[in-house]
Amino acid sequence: MSSWDINPVLTIEHLTMRFGGLVAVDDLSFNVGRGDITALIGPNGAGKTTVFNCLTGFYKPTEGRIVMNRLNGEHFLLERMPDFQISAHAKVARTFQNIRLFGGMTLLENLMVAQHNPLMVASGYTIGGIFGLTSFRKAEREAVERACYWLEKTGLVDRADAPAADLPYGDQRRLEIARAMCSGPELLCLDEPAAGLNPKESAELNALLQYIRKEHQTSILLIEHDMSVVMEISDHVVVLDYGEKISDGTAAAVKDDPKVIAAYLGVPDEEVDAVEEEVGI
Amino acid sequence: MSSKSENFFTDCVKDAAMGGLIALALFSVLIGMKAEVASGLGGGLGIEYRWAAVAIAVAVVFGGRLLLNLFVWKTKTPVTEKAGSLMPSMSSLAPLGKYAMPVFLVLAVLLPFLLMSAYGARGSRQYLDLAILVTTYVMLGWGLNIVVGLAGLLDLGYVAFYAVGAYSYALLAQYFGFSFWICLPLAGILAAFWGIILGFPVLRLRGDYLAIVTLAFGEIIRVVLLNWYEFTGGPDGISGIPRPSFFGIEFTRGEGGFADVFGLDYSSIHRIIFLYYLILIMALITNFVTMRLRKLPVGRAWEALREDEIACRSLGINTTNTKLTAFALGAMFGGFAGSFFATRQGFISPESFTFIESAVILAIVVLGGLGSQIGVVIAAIVMIGGFEFFRGLEEYRMLVFGLLMVIIMVWKPRGLISTRAPSITLSGKKGKGISADLVQEGHG
Repeated sequence: MSSWDINPVLTIEHLTMRFGGLVAVDDLSFNVGRGDITALIGPNGAGKTTVFNCLTGFYKPTEGRIVMNRLNGEHFLLERMPDFQISAHAKVARTFQNIRLFGGMTLLENLMVAQHNPLMVASGYTIGGIFGLTSFRKAEREAVERACYWLEKTGLVDRADAPAADLPYGDQRRLEIARAMCSGPELLCLDEPAAGLNPKESAELNALLQYIRKEHQTSILLIEHDMSVVMEISDHVVVLDYGEKISDGTAAAVKDDPKVIAAYLGVPDEEVDAVEEEVGI
Repeated sequence: MSSKSENFFTDCVKDAAMGGLIALALFSVLIGMKAEVASGLGGGLGIEYRWAAVAIAVAVVFGGRLLLNLFVWKTKTPVTEKAGSLMPSMSSLAPLGKYAMPVFLVLAVLLPFLLMSAYGARGSRQYLDLAILVTTYVMLGWGLNIVVGLAGLLDLGYVAFYAVGAYSYALLAQYFGFSFWICLPLAGILAAFWGIILGFPVLRLRGDYLAIVTLAFGEIIRVVLLNWYEFTGGPDGISGIPRPSFFGIEFTRGEGGFADVFGLDYSSIHRIIFLYYLILIMALITNFVTMRLRKLPVGRAWEALREDEIACRSLGINTTNTKLTAFALGAMFGGFAGSFFATRQGFISPESFTFIESAVILAIVVLGGLGSQIGVVIAAIVMIGGFEFFRGLEEYRMLVFGLLMVIIMVWKPRGLISTRAPSITLSGKKGKGISADLVQEGHG
């Protein structure tokens, strides 16, 4: 039994998502280990982002169960929760494949919006805030400190007061991770965090993700095409193809799995029969 | 060289001639022939030909197009560029913006006295009335700015809340004899309540659909007020709405009136000045609350909602509640303004709450620059004040007004004040404005 099956932070059981006649995800089950970096990989159109959308509430899965096990022992059935509660209560944060920042707001404001819920409570649901309660001011100062902490960690603190849309692409990716972290998640879901990054930025991203995992008790689930990221940092790799899981294991094990090689590279015509026999089709 | 300039000229003439030809084809039917019932007992339908008018129209098109070709479209040095450089650039206006707020405020506070000293009690009345009208629209603009400017929800039925506020006061005063000061908060609460009622069904809608439904809601309220004759008086409206008192002191002649208590000579202008300060204070409270809310989590959530709703939901923001608060707060200020309108006019009818009012308020917000408080003030002065100012031009004022709007929209497509000030900065300073090009307009 692998470590991720013993203490999972997220358990996905028999997840199926159909759009009309199209089966985007078919009977998918896997665990995300607590404190692990888990990579969800697969060729384009394999259903990776659909899995993300299901577990962050943007889609309601057709079948299946998604259980989030929080550190404090609470369990949440994510498939039943509206999207905003998944972030607020189940503590699952996500980033997007096509970056979704608040472009017209400054970096600091972006990170303040991420701390909306605790600040809302501190401001007495706005009423106390209008009168400038000291407890709210204190909470706001703490929120700014937290935002600064993440801006420093992502190397963006110099541009804290600049609009987010003005940032270069790589910085926007990092800011989105910082924003997700400001909501204090226990599971961070990253949709292609290394897309469009150069090798140097990619290496920095690896360091950042490992730092997050180590220092913040945050497990990471990421979709990635960049194999240098996947192989270097992930403890556990799940491979999807046509909505089905074709491989599940450590990075090294998955790399040599003939099914995975077949899905990614295809096989020469003369070997098709042999591979099919091996794969069991 | 000479052949080149000749070429240029013939080019322009050719193009203008084409325009003239198309105009001739169109206008010979549109303008040239007019169906008319022949006079006399026969009364048959005849056609009257007006070739002179066609000639004028075609000549105007030809001449106009030729001039535009020569000086704007085909030349290398268009006059519009020169004219454009005459317009003040944003950078030269920036220091003005810093002082605009306090200058406006001081001017607004001193206005009645300035007018009184300039025109006397009798002469200043019409200007004060205009000032009250403008300030009412400033308040309405600020209220709508919460919904449209901050939360990015296009609301075409804002006048409905204005109507709810006005009728709340008028009906409460008529049926229960409540005074203005009791009704003012009640009107705001009722309008906010209706804001939430409208908010619920429209939350799923975005963009154009939201605009249509809010437009319909505005009309529904008006039609109900118009047809519920037994309760609202229908098209007859409600008259004899009580005037507000100054902490219980009525603005009446004689014993116990405002003038008597303060030892002044009675003048009807006292009440007008009082109304002016009343709406000014109400508007300033609206402004203060909005500015304050922008710096609170809820205000930031509104702006985030305008920028990207999906990202908001991924960060745990309850978008339903956030939109509802924007709707309710915007409606509440509309309600306050409405009850002020009722008490000022003393008479209200559904005619005051037609779609054109919503359009004017929205135009003020858009013209001022979405989300900009001072922009709304300038736009309200230009739109409402300007509209009254051009009254002397009679039927041409719409033309002048339209032209003005076109010029402003060409010059500043994102409104007069098109930068967004950050709600919080790390440096603690006011922070550089964010260009409107980066700020989203919201999508419903």
